Amino acid sequence: MSSQTTLRNSKDVPLSTEQLVDIYRKMLRIRLIEEAIAEHYAEGEMRCPVHLSIGQEAAAVGVCEALALTDKVYSTHRCHAHYLAKGGDLKRMFAEICGKAAGCIGGRGGSMHLMDVEKGMMASIPIVASSIPVAVGSALADKRKRSGKVTVAFIGDASIEEGVFHESANFASLHKLPVVFICENNLYSVYTPLRQRQPDRPLTDVARAHGMFAMHGDGNNLEQTFKLATEAVQRARDAHGPTFLLLDTYRWREHCGPSFDNNIGYRTEDEYKQWEAQCPIRSLRSRIGGALKSDLEQSMTAKIGAEIEDARAFARSAPLPDASLASQYVYA
Amino acid sequence: MNIQSPGPERIITLADAIREGIVESFARDDSIFLFAQGVADPSSMWGTLKGIGNRFGEDRVIEMPVAENGAVGIAVGAALNGQRPIISFHRVEFALLALEQIVNNAAKSHYISNGQHKVPLVIRMVIGRGWGQGPEHSQSLEPIFSYFPGLKVVMPAFAADAKGMLIAAIEDDNPVIFIEHRFLHYSTGHVPEGYYKNPLDGPHVIRPGKDVTIVGTSHTVLEAMRAANVLADIGCSAEVIDLRVLRPLNMAPILASVRKTGGLIAIDTGFVRYGVGAELVASVAGEAFNALKAAPVRLGLPEHPTPSSRGLIPGFYPDAQLVVREVAKMLKLDDAKVRRALKKLDEQRKDLPIDVPDPYFKGPF
Repeated sequence: MSSQTTLRNSKDVPLSTEQLVDIYRKMLRIRLIEEAIAEHYAEGEMRCPVHLSIGQEAAAVGVCEALALTDKVYSTHRCHAHYLAKGGDLKRMFAEICGKAAGCIGGRGGSMHLMDVEKGMMASIPIVASSIPVAVGSALADKRKRSGKVTVAFIGDASIEEGVFHESANFASLHKLPVVFICENNLYSVYTPLRQRQPDRPLTDVARAHGMFAMHGDGNNLEQTFKLATEAVQRARDAHGPTFLLLDTYRWREHCGPSFDNNIGYRTEDEYKQWEAQCPIRSLRSRIGGALKSDLEQSMTAKIGAEIEDARAFARSAPLPDASLASQYVYA
Repeated sequence: MNIQSPGPERIITLADAIREGIVESFARDDSIFLFAQGVADPSSMWGTLKGIGNRFGEDRVIEMPVAENGAVGIAVGAALNGQRPIISFHRVEFALLALEQIVNNAAKSHYISNGQHKVPLVIRMVIGRGWGQGPEHSQSLEPIFSYFPGLKVVMPAFAADAKGMLIAAIEDDNPVIFIEHRFLHYSTGHVPEGYYKNPLDGPHVIRPGKDVTIVGTSHTVLEAMRAANVLADIGCSAEVIDLRVLRPLNMAPILASVRKTGGLIAIDTGFVRYGVGAELVASVAGEAFNALKAAPVRLGLPEHPTPSSRGLIPGFYPDAQLVVREVAKMLKLDDAKVRRALKKLDEQRKDLPIDVPDPYFKGPF
């Protein structure tokens, strides 16, 4: 997590090659973790819905690299990448998805509720837009405490269709709260394309109508995402109020589950291929070029693979929670 | 309405008692703040918010945009991050717009987080009858909120209890739905000065008796007490219980009472079906069936929305008269005596119109 701290004020300083390699490793790690979940899902150990982040890694990592460890993140049903990018513990993530007592929340929420409070990964809430006012309230608390902390709400394109987005944006803008809305536009709400859900207008205009500063970037381009996120976070930290950062990206696999679904008819193979060609990880890799030696990359990949195997083994062998714990923590 | 047991000799309204509860809490803890629509409104939510903004500042008393679900979500987020927000809904109907955040995030964050998060939050809601308020301004929707584990739902009936319970609710680490009956804001009682807490610990027996148990909530506790007073005059000893806390529901005092009296009459401010009375009767039937000497009775609202016109209201709200008639049926009381008791209730009410709580009421809320 060290780079989360060292990079946060580097608004105008380009990322060094060393930093880019580290960021590349973080994105690759998320991709390989998600692919491992997909690969092993059918084995029946991970018995809860999973919404994979494959294809959307640059938004998660680019934004979290712009944050300090003490900054806060709220996410949605598609939270794996955000959790990992904010530093969430991998073993406890696998254990949670497997419903084990050692899960990050003891098996109470599964894949859609990942959190790691010590890392500032405050909550993942799987009802569309439900996390938005909570994130705004988090920012309100930090403004009242003058803590200097920033809250990020990762949201999707559908969430701006929900009334509570507008309620929250209005309030955050009115009170100049230190919150950043990261809207990952992956073009689909489950199987329904954006064009069937919203009129053809810039999504950023919706935020601007609330008097909010808004920016738009290529969510598959790590450097651009990082630069825009850094600006948004700095604005929040400097008490200039909230920012809406729209990031174009694409969900490679099905809405929920491990598979590709270009064959079922709601989108075309061609469309998928166009976005796949903009893979955020491959494109960053090509920009890094020869600065990352192939033997180094191989050992990086192997290390990640070993970490994943280790975490999976931990989750597999961890005990299930005792049924008597189901009634615990109803009241504080 | 001074039927609360006497405390220090100071009589104020329940609305003022609530205001004092807020002020006492605010003075002790800077992390407490409140949101409401119209905080600067001269009527200040029945006077409960009067002057608080001037005394503690905009940072503590935040004007809430007309955005109920957002407001509750924002309050939950603030609560998760160490603050103690209070939200006020002037009509319970507006809280319906916030059900998503109340049910998904307020009620469940502590549970889902495996105990890592706490939601110290108070949501005030005003329910109940008023001057022509009609179908969408005077409902009693407490059973909706009482459905969800993780929420606490409280309904004080007396001014002193309202102040003490509000302070306890603010200091509680759970989301507390604090339900205020509109009429009760005008009621008065002995209220201690300064800071004190009344625990959110469930039903209290407020009048001991041996012949029948009457359990009320909020304003209906006053109706139950009126009924018990005239019943006593005709030789019938009713035990009256103020339910106070709807969730978590503590049935023990009610079961103990029914085991003593053998009869249960539940009277509450909501609908008879699927309501608070339904829960009480079901629990008593399930856990103290053999103690019952007669079928338990639920009193509440009939199967239609609340009309505005006072011409349509007679018979709509369960009152002391209805309680007396039901007790008479259950215990087969002497007809002449019952008529005497009912007449006394009539005389107490005098010519007061049906849509006002007391002779001093001048509307419009």
